[in-house]
Amino acid sequence: MLRFEHVSYRYPHALEPALHDVSLDIAPGEFVVAAGLSASGKSTFLRAACGLVPHFYGGEFGGRVLTGGLDTREHGPGALAAVAGTLFQDPETQVVLSTVRAELALPLENRGHAPSAVARGVEEAALALGIAELLERSTHELSGGELQRVALGAALAGRPQIVLLDEPTSQLDPVAGDELVWLLRRLNEEWGTTIVLVEHRLERCLGAADRVIAFEGGAVACDAPPRGFLEWTAENVPALATPGARLFARAGLRPPPAGVKQARATLRAHGLLVEPPSDVAAAPLASDSAPSRPARRLGRRARAGPPPALAFHNVWHERAGGRAVLRGLDLALAPGERVALMGRNGAGKSTLLRHANGLLAPTRGHVESSGRVALLLQNPNDYFLADRVGDELDADALERRGLAALADRHPRDLSGGERQRLALGIVSGGDPPPAALCLDEPTRGMDRAAKGDLATGLRAAAAAGSAVLVATHDPEFAAVVANRVVLLAGGRTIADGPVAELLTGGWYFATETARIVDGALLPEDGAELLRKRMTLEVRP
Amino acid sequence: MIAYERRASPLHAARAPVAAAYAVALVSSVLLFEHPLALVALGIAIIGAGVLAGAGPSLARAALFAIPFAIIIAVINPLVVREGLTVVLRLGELGPLGQLDVTAEALEFGAILGLRALLVMLAGGALLAATVDADEVLQRFRRISAHSALTAALAVRLVPVLGRDARRLADARRCRPGAAARPGPAERLQIVRAVATGALDRALDVAATLEVRGYATPAATRGARRLREPWSRHDLAFAASALGLVALALGARLVGVATFEAYPRTQAPVGAAEIVLAVALVIVALLPFADRRGVER
Repeated sequence: MLRFEHVSYRYPHALEPALHDVSLDIAPGEFVVAAGLSASGKSTFLRAACGLVPHFYGGEFGGRVLTGGLDTREHGPGALAAVAGTLFQDPETQVVLSTVRAELALPLENRGHAPSAVARGVEEAALALGIAELLERSTHELSGGELQRVALGAALAGRPQIVLLDEPTSQLDPVAGDELVWLLRRLNEEWGTTIVLVEHRLERCLGAADRVIAFEGGAVACDAPPRGFLEWTAENVPALATPGARLFARAGLRPPPAGVKQARATLRAHGLLVEPPSDVAAAPLASDSAPSRPARRLGRRARAGPPPALAFHNVWHERAGGRAVLRGLDLALAPGERVALMGRNGAGKSTLLRHANGLLAPTRGHVESSGRVALLLQNPNDYFLADRVGDELDADALERRGLAALADRHPRDLSGGERQRLALGIVSGGDPPPAALCLDEPTRGMDRAAKGDLATGLRAAAAAGSAVLVATHDPEFAAVVANRVVLLAGGRTIADGPVAELLTGGWYFATETARIVDGALLPEDGAELLRKRMTLEVRP
Repeated sequence: MIAYERRASPLHAARAPVAAAYAVALVSSVLLFEHPLALVALGIAIIGAGVLAGAGPSLARAALFAIPFAIIIAVINPLVVREGLTVVLRLGELGPLGQLDVTAEALEFGAILGLRALLVMLAGGALLAATVDADEVLQRFRRISAHSALTAALAVRLVPVLGRDARRLADARRCRPGAAARPGPAERLQIVRAVATGALDRALDVAATLEVRGYATPAATRGARRLREPWSRHDLAFAASALGLVALALGARLVGVATFEAYPRTQAPVGAAEIVLAVALVIVALLPFADRRGVER
């Protein structure tokens, strides 16, 4: 279905090749995940598969790519669209027409399908993705998650033989993300559609995959079934290992699990799965991710009397002629507290953050803070107005952020993690540090290493006294960065508690470790718990 | 920004080319008349059509931008036109403009020109954008010229994308320490520059998406057709209304009803014929809205 024969490619004006002698074969009906750190060549691989490389981007191209039997040197992206459906990262530019129905119909009409086939294809794609109620909506009024599903619908509407997806879950909440992966699996199993999925959050999709191709420096570094890939990561690129694999590695268990189901089956086989949770499993372990006693007291003090760093009092946000996005929300953050704000798309997370620093004003209620509130919105590029990194931040601030060596670079030429640090430096300002630091989905498109750096930075900011409020769809990141989780739904707080309580025991808003081992949050906690169980097992 | 949104109105229920023809007929009528009574009637028709189509807020937003333009036109005309007999203000020698006398006739005709500009912007801009599905028009146009349609589709899609970029950049600017809530001219310029810098990248992204959706391929051009839809009552009503408006305007010009002379003295006779014409224009324009059967899609 997809064949790469010694493919090398260099973008125009680039010094290094983006792909280097890539050869692989993907058979019809395979579900393949393409993994790798940022800038490893995953996205370029997809662009070569759909013909955009080299037809659209130019550059130097060598080798041969066959997509659905069509040679991409002879057939452009338009012709290849007949066999390949493609979805890229940014949903904003993935939707080209003004109504959802027209958007879904476009690829079918482009293939010259009869009008009745177009109408049927639109209905089926809409039903499959649960967007039938959006069909008459205007695309300019859709949220990021809705846009992503519409763009995916457009990619799938023509029932292509192969679907190429570049981080399709980056804008989706855990529920919608899981639903999407299982929808892809269903397409794969029922229609035999070949799926090639680029994803950073591997724990979401490895369970559904038949095979993983890992890229490093533009070359294929590993091509193996999920478990083989996870064994390879343990020795070569630990940053790519899933939490479940790290849990097993630390507990000394093999083979590494490709998903929660496999992990629990292995634990059950070893007699390490406790169902229902025992007292040992139910008690969260003392770790950095579980709130310490002083932290709990701090939270209570913040609610009891002393001024919080940031507080929302009965905050409502009612759109003129529209729905209420926030409904009487109360939330207080103590200085130094780290709070993860979670919930489904449309729950009100971004709207709440925009109230924190006055971008939006409550229609009822009020927001108070003990000082300046810094807000980092979703796209760090939006903060760059100058052509030089050195013109965005002064030398001292660049030094503190580890960006001094990049002062003469253009901000948009930085890596994702560097751009994030620069934007964070811009909004945080100099001394004194902000009373509260709010971030909206800061890990979108980041690999695990960059997420780790960001988490370290946020913990340092909290240690310096700033309250940290992070809206995120990523339970793994929330578990690492936060000591408290607030779960929103329909503009209301539906749960508020320590991270060890909120991110365990659930199906969706839970870390992979928590779904494998009841009572543990992070691989380190889970491994310790498993080791204790193993000790109990061998004790006479 | 005014964008098409499917609403439950008779005008939205009509097919896009018919809705576009209706808006064009209103614009044409405005351009064919200078008589104030006819223009006022057309103004009522345009605003009425907007309100009855659920696009009143869109027209109001457009008016916020259009009214200053109309006022500028109304003010400039008496300053640059040296015709008219009734001098109402002597401004004397004004440099390169020479002797400047403002006449009542030039003032009146300036107001007429301003009103026409306002109505053209409302009907040809806001009403058209809010009630005509551009996708449907582009799709029909694709059969004629695929590449022009591709360019047009790209441009149409880029407008909201860049609009959102500008809003996000403005929000991000407000997040900088010490930033004012409202950007000054220098900050606005910075934002415009940043949006313009990113426009090429955005255009490439949107164009790449159009490519992988198979736009403008030979099969796409052949496939640019829709289910053969029978003409609905709303298609017929608005097509008839558009034809009626143009016929009334041309007929009035031919038989000399609602004539207007600006100079040397303003002559805008108002008789029974003019009143009947004004009423007819409003009725013909708004009658299709009376039938609301089948307006939901």
